[in-house]
Amino acid sequence: MSIIEVNNLTKYYGKARGIVDVSFNVDEGEIFGFVGPNGAGKSTTIRLFCSLIYPSSGEAKIFGKDVIKYGSEIRQDIGYLPSEVFYYDRMKVIDLLKYSASFYQKDCTERMYELSDLMELELRRRIDDLSYGNRKKVGIVQGLMHQPKVLLLDEPTSGLDPLMQNRFYKLIREENERGATVFLSSHILGVVQKMCTRVAIIKEGSVIKIEDIKTLQQDNYKKIRVAANDLDPAQFNLEGVLNLEKENGVVRFFYKGDINVIMRKISENEVSDVTIEEPTLEEIFMHYYE
Amino acid sequence: MNIYKHEFKMLSNSVITWSLALSMIIFLVMSIFSGFAESAKMLNEALTNFPKELLMAFGLDKIDLSSVLGFYSLAFLFCQVCLAIQAANYGFSLVSVEERDMTADFLLAKPVSRTKILTSKFLAALTGLTITNLVVWISSFAFIQLYRDGRPYDPKTLLLLLGTILAFQLFFLTVGLLVSLIVRRVRSVTPYSMALAFGMYVLSAFGGMLGEDKLDIITPFKHFEPNYIISNATYDPLQLVSVAVIILSIAGSYVLYLRRDIHSVV
Repeated sequence: MSIIEVNNLTKYYGKARGIVDVSFNVDEGEIFGFVGPNGAGKSTTIRLFCSLIYPSSGEAKIFGKDVIKYGSEIRQDIGYLPSEVFYYDRMKVIDLLKYSASFYQKDCTERMYELSDLMELELRRRIDDLSYGNRKKVGIVQGLMHQPKVLLLDEPTSGLDPLMQNRFYKLIREENERGATVFLSSHILGVVQKMCTRVAIIKEGSVIKIEDIKTLQQDNYKKIRVAANDLDPAQFNLEGVLNLEKENGVVRFFYKGDINVIMRKISENEVSDVTIEEPTLEEIFMHYYE
Repeated sequence: MNIYKHEFKMLSNSVITWSLALSMIIFLVMSIFSGFAESAKMLNEALTNFPKELLMAFGLDKIDLSSVLGFYSLAFLFCQVCLAIQAANYGFSLVSVEERDMTADFLLAKPVSRTKILTSKFLAALTGLTITNLVVWISSFAFIQLYRDGRPYDPKTLLLLLGTILAFQLFFLTVGLLVSLIVRRVRSVTPYSMALAFGMYVLSAFGGMLGEDKLDIITPFKHFEPNYIISNATYDPLQLVSVAVIILSIAGSYVLYLRRDIHSVV
């Protein structure tokens, strides 16, 4: 079942483009990655889901309900973590979290303390005394404490140290196993690769590809590295070869096509070393980005 | 209820400061009344020597400084200026501060409708203004009683005068709110509220000076002019203009806020 449905969603800010004609579905229990360079429209999409902004045309539905019409009802079960977190500076962390909890029908107290412990958040401090990373932790706790069914995460770990990032992603995994659907926007592909089942790539306001992470890696280029004495890179200039380069007697390139063809080609040489790898998402996406 | 409480808490310090300041103004003006009343005749005569336009600009042309309420109307005029700034402050900041400080993302992503957010915020501001209003009522009666030295005054006229405060505050609160929703972004509230409050005051003052009726029509300083109420013991029908502006501003604010895009960091 689709938890999030997006149909021809378009948003212009005056004349400036936000997103154009975006459509996709996110299934229940999925961790869906939303990837693209800065300014591609990732935040715009998430802000439309929260009805912070209104679509120019098209619609988005969460739990089968229109996000504008049933916004306040839907948001009972949404946890939103914005990329930039700002809170009432004069408040103490604990007061902010209690204020946040007061919006939900559920009793969030227990989960609030649990999460704060986990993220090592100091509840007695004032918000304006907190560092950026600590504010982000406040954001995480307030976004997760009502155990939402849908998590909308917009660049969730910027500002967190690696230890906290790991803890955070472990937490998101647990939430996902509990049944939460996760919509994760990021430009850090490593994260998306590690976490997501499917990914949509957005560029200049339009979704240009939606794919399983696995298919994306399998049906794609192989990363090949051949080391040999006096190797002539020109011989690998075959159909399906990309980014051919030679450095210190090592030839590297990407290859897409019949693997036997390239194997025969390699075996014509007296090689000292060969590696054939899956490219990272970064490498796969580079040509979408460009 | 939670938003209302939160908003009111955020306002409470400001409400206390304004209330104390207004109480202080009434105290300061009324405490010198008995001294003035002694020589009021001379003062009234001295005033007639000033250019008429100047007196009109400050609303001094029709008042009798030897009477309790005549003198009190000076305090009331000062109070009106302060009340206007306070109410305009609350109006301009009602939703714009959340957007400026980026806390709107937090609030609007909660399971609560925009209508409820705006209503709660509005009522919280109105509560704050009403507390200030009550302090003005109490201070007025207390300090008049304390310093009138047995001189007579008509409490009913005073009640009429104090009764205008709520509508006067609402005018600045709602117009401030509406303007803050029409402009894209309010970077700093004070210049806006000062401009609205003093602008309206100056319009009323200039209107008096030029004898030009048209300018008076839009300013609540004219609709709720203390001299008019004191000398006629009734309200100026022009008040209906204020009431109409209030209603239109509230309606307009809801329409704009319900359709407003909350922009992220720019």
